[in-house]
Amino acid sequence: MKSFTTLLGAGLAAATLAVAPLALAADATIGIRTEPASMDPHFSYVATSKAQVTNVFDTLIMRDKDLQLAPALATSWEHIGDGVWELKLREGVTWHDGQPFTAEDVLFTFERAPNVPNSPAPFGQFLSQVEEATAPDDHTIHIKTRNPSPQILFDLAEIPIVSKHAGDGATTADYNSGKATIGTGPFKYVSWQPGGTLKLTRNDDYWGGASPFETVDVIGMPNDASRVAALLSGDADLIDAVPPESYERLKADDEIGIFMTPDVYTTYVFLDTDREVTPFITAKDGSEIKNPLLDQRVREALSLAINREAIIDRLLLGLGQPAGQLAGPTMVGFNNELQPSPYDPARAKALLAEAGYPDGFKMTLQGPNNRYVADGQIAQALAQMFSAIGIETDVETMPSNVFFPRASGREFSVFFLAWGSAQGTAWHGLRGVLMTYDKEKGYGPSNRGRYSNPNVDELTIAAMSTFDVDEAARLSAEAAGFAFRDFAILPMHYQMNVWAARNGFVYEPRQDQMTLAHGLTVKD
Amino acid sequence: MIAFLIQRLLQGAAVVAAMSLIVFIGVYAIGDPVEILINPDADQATREAVTQMLGLDQPLWVQYWRFVQAALQGDLGTSFVFNIPAGELILERMPATLELAVTATLMAILIGIPLGLIAGLDQERWYAKSILAGSILGFSLPTFWVGLILILTFGVWLNWLPVFGRGETVSVFGIEWSFLTLDGLAHLVLPATNLALFKIALFIRLTRAGVREVLPQDFIRYANAMGIHPARVVSRHVLKNIMIPLVTVIGIEFGSVVAFAVVTESIFNWPGMGKLIIESINRLDRPVIVAYLMVIVVMFVIINVVVDLLYAVLDPRVRLGGSNR
Repeated sequence: MKSFTTLLGAGLAAATLAVAPLALAADATIGIRTEPASMDPHFSYVATSKAQVTNVFDTLIMRDKDLQLAPALATSWEHIGDGVWELKLREGVTWHDGQPFTAEDVLFTFERAPNVPNSPAPFGQFLSQVEEATAPDDHTIHIKTRNPSPQILFDLAEIPIVSKHAGDGATTADYNSGKATIGTGPFKYVSWQPGGTLKLTRNDDYWGGASPFETVDVIGMPNDASRVAALLSGDADLIDAVPPESYERLKADDEIGIFMTPDVYTTYVFLDTDREVTPFITAKDGSEIKNPLLDQRVREALSLAINREAIIDRLLLGLGQPAGQLAGPTMVGFNNELQPSPYDPARAKALLAEAGYPDGFKMTLQGPNNRYVADGQIAQALAQMFSAIGIETDVETMPSNVFFPRASGREFSVFFLAWGSAQGTAWHGLRGVLMTYDKEKGYGPSNRGRYSNPNVDELTIAAMSTFDVDEAARLSAEAAGFAFRDFAILPMHYQMNVWAARNGFVYEPRQDQMTLAHGLTVKD
Repeated sequence: MIAFLIQRLLQGAAVVAAMSLIVFIGVYAIGDPVEILINPDADQATREAVTQMLGLDQPLWVQYWRFVQAALQGDLGTSFVFNIPAGELILERMPATLELAVTATLMAILIGIPLGLIAGLDQERWYAKSILAGSILGFSLPTFWVGLILILTFGVWLNWLPVFGRGETVSVFGIEWSFLTLDGLAHLVLPATNLALFKIALFIRLTRAGVREVLPQDFIRYANAMGIHPARVVSRHVLKNIMIPLVTVIGIEFGSVVAFAVVTESIFNWPGMGKLIIESINRLDRPVIVAYLMVIVVMFVIINVVVDLLYAVLDPRVRLGGSNR
């Protein structure tokens, strides 16, 4: 157990000497909620795996803490015409084994990433825009894209670059064992056990500046209470995903610092806006009725019935912000004009009456109970709020492994869940959740309510078909305007990402939820 | 004896087969793992490709048949989540769980049985009564709550003991053990205590009840009348006679600690099988769930055989055999 005093001692020593503050030989232990599933950077696209892989591997372009694209292994990128993007690679970067990093490695990565066997979440989608990639010289990459779109830049931020010499023919097992886990990132791989500890040691030659920590242990601690206990007992120096019920306690603790930022996850209520008769809505006497959610006034009434502030205040203990759209305020294509619906039950009742439901109807609201912050309680609260405007609402919550297959199987009528715009673009959510479900073209893959609006489709496609990021932003904001003024889904709140660290440690909170060892520094 | 073992082996095989089928159908009924595993913005074509690659597009019976064929050749399938063979994943974690279970069971035996003897022999004394009363606590306090209280008390307030993980391990025969290092032992104390608490209470009660039953019997009275030293009466005559029910319960309890240490393992972040199974269920990682339960069934079958063999050792009247009982 590393105690607080050792650290304080180290801190004092640094303060007195006041030289080379980065050379502190301290170690750090990080407790994370979700463990990585693999150390193979391209095995399966899961944000939690990516975070730990990113300790060892870099991407060409990275996202900073506020989701803005920033140079990483590529120092600049430019559209040089004809659908070709030119990326200049950082010079003087070496792999952890000392070999130089070149364009060959990038081309190798593009070959390998989509072709890892058995991947349940393949990386192919991030390279679907790449028609051809070539290397005119050792430090330049040309990527010819299929569609005129800036999407490739955002996709490149998802693909960790692996070395050709270590990765040629390497399997997932070779990356898990460390044999092929040779990166350019801030830390070198030492060891990893699935579900156990990831041990890292500092890369002194990191192009982004070496970490102050000689070694870092990243340990999966899925149980909320024990993760907090590990921090309090000094066994962990940093933990992520601080549960709301511990937030106040940790905030009041003098030995603990809190670091937080809005999350890319936006919670919302999905509505069946497609079927004439929907399974979980009936008249109050239980008889079949036409799906009331087809009427925009009913959807608006539901939105007005939700007291977002109360939910954030009481159930999230303040750790959230009301949302009026899927995209968050710092994302590309955020629509400034869309406000969260106010809480107005009187107007909601009036709208219901106007739509022909003066006495309301009966429905069941479904939701997961182990996926999002306070999700089970939020579903309960929503049901009470809907009942208050005369819609008799039952609640059914279930574990997410049961919920998601059923939700995608369209078994529900009204249900609560969240969307994470991990790429930091508004069109990410529009394409995933709000565009018309189209199997052929791959639009609306997560559109479980089957909302369909030609304006939204057209504008989103237009946004995804221009090289100009600003134009794409404007078009998606416009598309979002159509969808959310039509109450296609009911946005509720942005979650907050909360980290807690022991005194002397500072963490740079990230919107994308990633807990990166390189984000941990020493307080000066 | 041989006939007995063969019969048990066949029984065990039948149970394993039945169990794999039940679990297969059960997990199939919960839903489609691809929905949990895939990146939500993956398009429909990718989803279909993944479903196909994992063989989940096939009818249930085809999936089961493929599984049986592979299983007969020793391949229990590959984890969807980790892309590591399920058997390997489980065996890798088994030492951690076994270590915890053995420690907890030993604690329960070494503390529970002596206390139970005292409670049974001197039942009118105040200390016997307080042992009995104390055992009620062991029964009624929920494991997860006790675990958290242990963490708070010894980890956070007193800061005496580490509260998560296995600590330092030593590799013996290629397997990592933590009970061989001081740091590892320190890590073992709290979770093992947490697991042992219920069992200590159980053994106290069982031992006491056994003692109360045996003491009034003629052979004890006769032994006492003969002037045999009380300690010898207890060790030779009382203890031996109450061992049979105890051995049965110890066997079953050991099995259930190994199989269901889920709560303790997740609270103390012990990297054992319990933590693996709960996460696999959450992610519908079917190969791991099925393989895990098969391993557990095999383990129970073995434990039962061992318990039966012990019966014969403890009680000469018990004969092992097929039909000549």
